[in-house]
Amino acid sequence: MNKIISKENFSANVVKFVVEAPLIAKARRAGHFVMVRVGEKGERIPLTIADADVERGTITLVIQRTGVSSTKICALEAGDYITDMVGPLGKATHIENFGTVVCACGGVGTAPMMPIVAALKKAGNRVITVLAARTKDLIILEEQMRENSDEVIIMTDDGSYGNKGLVTNGVESVIQSEKVDMCVTIGPAIMMKFVSELTRKYNVPTVASLNTIMVDGTGMCGACRVTIGGKTRFVCVDGPEFDAHQVDFDEMLMRLGGYREQEKEEMERKVLHKK
Amino acid sequence: MTKRDDTWRVELRAQMKAKERTNLHRVEMPELDSEYRSHIRNEEVNLGLTPQMAIQEAHRCLDCANPTCMDGCPVNINIPGFIKNIERGEFLEAAKVLKETSALPAVCGRVCPQERQCEAQCIHVKMNKESVAIGHLERFAADYERESGQISVPETAPANGMKVAVVGSGPAGLSFAGDMAKLGYEVHVFEALHEIGGVLKYGIPEFRLPNHIVDVEIDNLRQMGVRFMNNCIIGKTIAIHELEQDGFQGIFVASGAGLPRFMNIKGENLVGVMSSNEYLTRVNLMDAANPDSDTPVYKGKKVAVIGGGNTAMDSVRTARRLGAEKAIIVYRRSEEEMPARREEVIHAKSEGIDFMTLHNPIEYIGNESGRVTHMVLQVMQLGEPDESGRRSPVEVPGKTVTVEVDEVIVSVGVSPNPLLAQSTPELQTSKRGTLVVNEDTLQSVSMPVIFAGGDIVRGGATVILAMGDGRRAAKAMDEWIKSKLK
Repeated sequence: MNKIISKENFSANVVKFVVEAPLIAKARRAGHFVMVRVGEKGERIPLTIADADVERGTITLVIQRTGVSSTKICALEAGDYITDMVGPLGKATHIENFGTVVCACGGVGTAPMMPIVAALKKAGNRVITVLAARTKDLIILEEQMRENSDEVIIMTDDGSYGNKGLVTNGVESVIQSEKVDMCVTIGPAIMMKFVSELTRKYNVPTVASLNTIMVDGTGMCGACRVTIGGKTRFVCVDGPEFDAHQVDFDEMLMRLGGYREQEKEEMERKVLHKK
Repeated sequence: MTKRDDTWRVELRAQMKAKERTNLHRVEMPELDSEYRSHIRNEEVNLGLTPQMAIQEAHRCLDCANPTCMDGCPVNINIPGFIKNIERGEFLEAAKVLKETSALPAVCGRVCPQERQCEAQCIHVKMNKESVAIGHLERFAADYERESGQISVPETAPANGMKVAVVGSGPAGLSFAGDMAKLGYEVHVFEALHEIGGVLKYGIPEFRLPNHIVDVEIDNLRQMGVRFMNNCIIGKTIAIHELEQDGFQGIFVASGAGLPRFMNIKGENLVGVMSSNEYLTRVNLMDAANPDSDTPVYKGKKVAVIGGGNTAMDSVRTARRLGAEKAIIVYRRSEEEMPARREEVIHAKSEGIDFMTLHNPIEYIGNESGRVTHMVLQVMQLGEPDESGRRSPVEVPGKTVTVEVDEVIVSVGVSPNPLLAQSTPELQTSKRGTLVVNEDTLQSVSMPVIFAGGDIVRGGATVILAMGDGRRAAKAMDEWIKSKLK
C-alpha cells in the first residue's frame, strides 16, 4: 500500500501524483518504471517514474487516462492508497556526455522524459527538448522542461501554441540547423516510429523508451516482447530503452492493439456506464 | 517424534498380516465428473479421500523396517510414521508428522510426482503391486487438519537473535523459511509480486491447487514468526549489499525460473501467441476470466498448447475451461516421452483435450490485424535416444500440416529470472543464467552470504525438488552462520 501525498491535474486527462515509496525513491534512476495495481480486482500496469525525492521518500507519477486501469488510478485523491506498487524496474537510461541531445516527446511520453532531460543536462550535454501535443491545453511540464533544457521547442498539431506541426518537424529543424549527437524519444509508438525514421535518415543515434503491454513486469510473462534487430527482447528486463533504429515498430503497434476489443468492452462496462 | 518401536505401532503392525495388507486394493481418488469439470474453472478435480478410504489405504502400508519410500522423498517425510497414524485414526498426529519436515503438506499431496518419487520406491512396487497411495494420504492428513480448525503450529526454537532473508516466496523459499524459523531465526521473505506463494499462485491452476490451501500453509509459517514482504524485488527495490548492511546473516535466493522460452519461429510474436506463464498468470494470479477483474484474457475457441510438461497440461485444461471448443496439446515426441505427470495427461484426455504428438510448430500465420489464424506443424518421428535418455524427435522430411487456431500457448520451458544477477554482477551465473552453487551446501561459489535453490539453480524442475533445496540450504546456512560466529 502506497499513500498518495498529492494530486495535481495537468490537463483534462493527465494527472500528476506524488506517492509515498521510500525504497523505490532511493533505488530509482532516470528511465526506471514501476508496476502499479489499484484494487483487489485491479490490473498490473507499468508506469514510468517521472521524478523522485529521496529525502521525502516519494516518487512522482504522471498518468494519462486511456483505459479502465488508468482511469481508476486517476480517480484516486490525495490521502488514498495505491494497492500495490513495485519497482524500480527496467534498465536505467544510459547517461553520458554525448554532446548535443534532442529529446523528442509527446503526450504522455513527456513526463517520463523529464528525469532523462535533467540527467542529460547534469552530465553536461546541450539538451534541446521538442515538446509536442495535439493542442495547447495538452502541453504539460513546459516550465520544468525549460529549467533543465538549453532550448525547448513546442509543437502543436493545430498551431495553437508554439510551432504548428508534428514532433518530427521540430526534430528535423534542429538537425538541419546544428550537429546533433544523440536523440531520445518517448511517446506513443507511432510517434516514436516516425522520429526513428527521421533520425535514421540523418544518421543520428536514437534511443526509444517503449511502453508495451505487461502483466508482471519482472520478466515472467513475455507479453511485452518486441523485435529488436531481428531478435525477440523483453521490454521489462531488457529495456525499456532500445536503439530505436533496431525496433520493429510495426510489430509493436500490432501487439499493442492485441487487447483493444476487450479494453473497449471493459471501458464501456466499467467506466462509461457506471456514471 | 513417532518411532517404529513405539508400542502403538508395534501393536498396529501385529493387527494384520503383511499378506493381508498387500492383498488390499489401492484406493481410487474420487474426482469431479469430467464433462462437468471441463467447463468449471475453479473447482478442484480431485476430491480427496474420505476418512474410511484413508484408513483402508493406510492398512496397505507394511510399516517396513527399512522404509525405502523415504529415500524417494526430497524432503524426507517420515512416511510410515504419518501413514500409521492415519491407520489408527490419529489424523491430527499424522499431520504433525508431515509438518516436521514439510512446510507445505497440503500442496505436496496435490502436486508432487509421487509416482516417480516415494511411491516408486514403495515395497509393493517391488512385489509387482500398486504402491501405497502415499500422495493421496498426505493430502488427506493435511486437509483433515486444516478443515478441523485445529491446525498445529510446529515448535520453534527460542529466538537466536539472528535474521536471514529469503528472495522469493515459492516452494523453495517457503520450505527454507519454515526450517529456519524452527531453528530460531528471524526470517524475512521478500516477494516481487503482490501475492505470496510464487508459482503455487501464478502458475498452478485452482482446479489442481486452490489458492486458499496455499494461503493456509503460508499463514502457518506466519504463525511460526516468518515475516513476508510483498512488492519487493531484491536486486531492484533493495540491493543485496543493503540486506547485508541491514544485519541479515544469510540470504537464500529462490527467485524461480521467471523467463519464458520461445522457439524463435516465424510468427511467434503475432497477437494471440503467448507464453504459458503469461496465460496462466492472467488467469490464476490476476483472475482474468472473472468479469470483475480488470485484466483481460483471450478466450480462444481453437487453442493449441505447445509442449508436453505439467505447465502445458495446466494451460490446455485452463483453455478448455475458459470455453475452447478445441484444445490441443502439440508435442514433438510421443506420449511416452512426455514429462507431464501421468495423472495430468489422463485428466486432460478425459476433459476432451486432443493430443497431436509427434508434431512440432515451425510457423504461425496471422490475418491482416496480426492475429494468429493458423499454425504450421512439422510431422516428427522418433529417433535414437538423446542425452535426456528419451527417444529424440526427428523431422519426417517434407511432411507438414496446417491447423486452424485462434490462440497458441507456448509452454516449452523457462529460463532463470535475470533480475538479481543483472543487478549483482559479482554473483556467478552459468551460461544458462542459473546461479552457480556448491552442490552439497547450495552456497554461492562467488558470494558466501548467498545460498540458492529451486529453479534459479535447477533451471526448471518441480515443487518438491525446490522444497528439498530449501531444506538443504537451511541446514547448510545454519551451519555456516554458526561457524562464522565462532
